[in-house]
Amino acid sequence: MALRGDWVYENNGGTCVAIAGSDYCVIAADTRLSVGYSIYTRDYSKICKLADKCVLATSGFQGDMKALQKNLAARHLIYQHQHNKQMGCPVMAQHLSNTLYYKRFFPYYTFNILGGLDSDGKGCVFTYDAVGSYERVGYSAQGTGAGLIIPVLDNQLKSPSPLLLPAKDAVTPLSEVEAVDLLKDVFASATERDIYTGDKVEIVVINASGIRQELMELRKD
Amino acid sequence: MFRNQYDTDVTTWSPAGRLFQVEYAMEAVKQGAAAVGLRSTSHVVLATVNTAASDLSSHQRKVFKIDDHIGVAIAGLTADGRVLSRYLRNECINHAFVYESPLPVSRLVVRLADKAQVCTQRSWKRPFGVGLLVAGLDETGAHLYYNCPSGSYFEYQAFAIGSRSQAAKTFLERRFESFNTYSRDELIKDAIFAIKETLQGDKLTSSICTVAIVGQDEAFHMIDQKVIQEIINSMEIKEDAPADQAPLQEDKGSEEAPMDI
Repeated sequence: MALRGDWVYENNGGTCVAIAGSDYCVIAADTRLSVGYSIYTRDYSKICKLADKCVLATSGFQGDMKALQKNLAARHLIYQHQHNKQMGCPVMAQHLSNTLYYKRFFPYYTFNILGGLDSDGKGCVFTYDAVGSYERVGYSAQGTGAGLIIPVLDNQLKSPSPLLLPAKDAVTPLSEVEAVDLLKDVFASATERDIYTGDKVEIVVINASGIRQELMELRKD
Repeated sequence: MFRNQYDTDVTTWSPAGRLFQVEYAMEAVKQGAAAVGLRSTSHVVLATVNTAASDLSSHQRKVFKIDDHIGVAIAGLTADGRVLSRYLRNECINHAFVYESPLPVSRLVVRLADKAQVCTQRSWKRPFGVGLLVAGLDETGAHLYYNCPSGSYFEYQAFAIGSRSQAAKTFLERRFESFNTYSRDELIKDAIFAIKETLQGDKLTSSICTVAIVGQDEAFHMIDQKVIQEIINSMEIKEDAPADQAPLQEDKGSEEAPMDI
């Protein structure tokens, strides 16, 4: 269903959400890969572990997602060889922004959320547009279901404005279990109305003890 | 000799068919501190002697991780070694990016050898002054290669390069036939022993020695200094108390006749 003869992108749909807590970060993405009104597969991971405490979730065109993930993973290897340590989350965030802007005039058709722990062990979530504009936030959603999810998160997580002085913490006071439950609820809701979101949601939790993953079933229609 | 007439640049042959600049580069390898490598069917161990420029400075890094399945130990100009390590890392990353699989060791050493050969055939370049022991594992098993500045490379069961490496080579020549059956720990112990041979009397401590290993279920990594020190200590205990002949005389270190002739 190309819009022009030379249209090289495709929107594979799907939704990604992330929430930052005081000592954890949860990132979730559904596992449905679609094109138009068809489903390519119900079992496709949009989440990529880039570093020990840093996970990337991407919605949009999955061809570009794969290429972007491979690029970042290779650059991370070089960083490790040079610095003798893993990239921290804010470092990876800037690097992702640079990588995206590098292709400003032939962009990666990807809507990214980067989640992890910063050097103080606090949860951090960075949200991006397709060309690398990014911001550190307390929570975010990207993808076809984002419009249905963000208002609910705004209501539940009520982040203080980043313009306030003195700077107020953007991370939510919710506990890890409560945040995961909230994610499950918003995904179930988005699945009801967004045709591109469904099948399963992959939830990744990063905290001081490492990275944990769980899968939850969603409606398949 | 006539050596001096034909050694000005690397693109001049001598009448005997030698490139002296390349041979001089191999001399630089012989001047560097010793490095040894040993291979079994499932593991490869590299060990090096770390020299320090002075008591105030830190020890020279001579072992580099290239990828999870490959590492190198160098002898000679460490700056050249560092540059080559960066090149090898890039090659591994690029291969894995395109083919989603680790670069086979034999392919890597060929690329390294080709890079070295280029410097032996350009008048505006000089050969690399570093020899590399490349240790790696791939689908075909465990491998140990030696790459020299001339651009040639050989596969070895065990090898030693650098200063006083002949002592280590002699030790390895006696033992290498059984290396394939060695366990991981036996391989490490023999590597440390080989390094000890090159020191020829100087005290071996874990601070001047680096040991690294790669195995089938073990990514390339340096072995912790404490573990190395434990192995050295256990080696010394064995030496000080062999069951039979005259240890006492050796300890005294003089020509005294034993009390009971």
